[in-house]
Amino acid sequence: MENFLQQLLNGVTWGGIYALIALGYTMVYGVLKLINFAHGEVYMVGAMTGFYVAHALGFASQPSLAGLFVTLAAAMLACAALGALIERVAYRPLRLRGAGRLAPLITAIGVSLLLQNAGQLVFGADPKFFPSIIESRELLRVGSIALSNVQVVVLVTALALMAGLEFVVMRTRFGRAMRAVSFDAPAAALMGVPVDRVVLGTFVLGSALAAAAGILVGLSNPKIDPLMGVMPGIKAFVAAVLGGIGNIPGAMVGGLLLGVVETLVSGYLSSTYRDAIAFLVLIAILLYRPTGLFGTPQTEKV
Amino acid sequence: MRGQPRRRAPWLALLALVLACGPDTGAGGSGAEAGKEPIKVGHFASLTGDTATFGQSTDRGIRMAIEEINARGGVLGRPLELISEDDRSITEEARSAAQKLLQRDQVVALLGEVASSRSLAAAPEAQRAKVPMISPASTNPKVTEVGNYVFRTCFIDPFQGAVMARFAQGELGAKRVAILFDFKQDYSVGLAEFFRNTFKELGGEIVADERYTSGDIEFRAQLTTIRAANPDAVFVPGYYTEVGLIAKQARELGLDVPLLGGDGWDSAKTLEIGGAAVEGYYFSNHYAADSDSPKVRAFVDGYRKQHGEVPDAMAALGYDAAGILADAMERAGRVEGEPLRAALAATRDYDGVTGRISIDEARNARKDAVVLKIEGGKFRFYRSVPAS
Repeated sequence: MENFLQQLLNGVTWGGIYALIALGYTMVYGVLKLINFAHGEVYMVGAMTGFYVAHALGFASQPSLAGLFVTLAAAMLACAALGALIERVAYRPLRLRGAGRLAPLITAIGVSLLLQNAGQLVFGADPKFFPSIIESRELLRVGSIALSNVQVVVLVTALALMAGLEFVVMRTRFGRAMRAVSFDAPAAALMGVPVDRVVLGTFVLGSALAAAAGILVGLSNPKIDPLMGVMPGIKAFVAAVLGGIGNIPGAMVGGLLLGVVETLVSGYLSSTYRDAIAFLVLIAILLYRPTGLFGTPQTEKV
Repeated sequence: MRGQPRRRAPWLALLALVLACGPDTGAGGSGAEAGKEPIKVGHFASLTGDTATFGQSTDRGIRMAIEEINARGGVLGRPLELISEDDRSITEEARSAAQKLLQRDQVVALLGEVASSRSLAAAPEAQRAKVPMISPASTNPKVTEVGNYVFRTCFIDPFQGAVMARFAQGELGAKRVAILFDFKQDYSVGLAEFFRNTFKELGGEIVADERYTSGDIEFRAQLTTIRAANPDAVFVPGYYTEVGLIAKQARELGLDVPLLGGDGWDSAKTLEIGGAAVEGYYFSNHYAADSDSPKVRAFVDGYRKQHGEVPDAMAALGYDAAGILADAMERAGRVEGEPLRAALAATRDYDGVTGRISIDEARNARKDAVVLKIEGGKFRFYRSVPAS
């Protein structure tokens, strides 16, 4: 029992990272009906930015919560800018020319490959080791269940960011505009909602969350490299579909659930099956509930 | 319209540049005078990627040996020339790196790789071309079984696995041991198997047998299962990148038993990633840099002067592999093909940095192993285990 609880705890922490990445996928899909396959690479750039900022400002040698906060903020800002740039350079021109849905999708894959290879050029292909901005120690121990401060920081940060996002989407003017565009973009445009700015804002928000995920993974699993975004990117996409793509609470739950499933498979079956089962989940969802756990089936209006 | 010609100008300039450079690149051959023509030796290695320190260290070791040999007048009056090719730590790339060296550069011998999976990927190419290949550090038995042109200058995993199993049982008094190995690496799978067999023969019990995959960063699930089995020690026969992360996460989960490993741990990165988490752990290795043999000391001092750091075992094995190759060329009186192969196979009691090396009939090196302990942020010699 104790081990099961420990596994759940491991899984929720791991899933929190998936959830943060999945949010970016789901928000962009919500407003543009576009799967932004370059999102995993934004997460990688977030981790890399954190690595350089932490070293440049000396947080690597002097662990502190303030250092973590500054690193997190710097990475989120950098990736927000990157997200905005990707939208302006890669997606908006296509949208303004009225390209269908396939061209932006292929472009997204192109941007993803560009960032992977540019990453290898700029950061080098060797893995880097994320500095311990907060020193890992045991915080709590109940029986054999160990909870470390790193796990707490990861969980709390992830949950706080998700709560913040929920607030932005549900309670602010921008959030209302976002929901309007998601619901019906042409109608929202007719009502005076600046669609392009809303889309830009969505990329900014989603990319900042991916950057946060990059920093959190650096804290709890401190190996980062230019290709680190590939697998988590795909997994987070699975999580977003699992929760119902386009649905924000769905992405959060989907991410957490996927993290728990992967951990339980690794812990009780074999880690060899971990990835296979994650994708089996995707296939099962697509077969039996294509709209995901939280999605509502849409009926085509004639 | 008026903007058009101006906008085209940079493209034209670029085109002109490409055309101007084109014919030049083909004529870059060097030193073609007869007699003094260098002997081309290829090295395919993981110069970048997940196990980059393996390839870089080996390359430095080989280069150091070749510089020394050339300073003494080369081999049979000709200098050695090393051509290195990066495989980015990717199994499939090792094969194409070897092909490039064989076909494009026409090397007379191949050195490489460290990771057994990558040596196994490249070895058939060397065998087919009948060009001798020497793996400095691949310990999986299957590597030299590829064919009679494939050699190695290190011991093999049945020996290394047995060394650590005996160490766990005898030195640490462990009765219950858990294993966590890398399912995707032939090296790790093999070493885990040989450890498992020997440890069971000695009357011990394997209480958990868990896997991970190269590139993984999250091991808490497997470590929680291992913790539940309550072992006396955990055998982790992986490569350094993952080992550092595993050690950290094991300590976080309160798994406070010694971790044991093999030569895949031998990289300064293990200490960099693992930090305090790897203190007090043990691994088997090819040599100890803090040994007081004069041969080792001369090598360590020379290497440190050049690179500013203590050479790891990969550097030492690279140095020995190049030394053995040059030695075989001298004895053969030829630098290629069957005579070179036969001379390599006849290597006996070569006095290397990593010990006295003889090549046996299976083209493996017979030599001693050492066990190192991580103490005070350093690898320290703990004890030596003779070849059986």
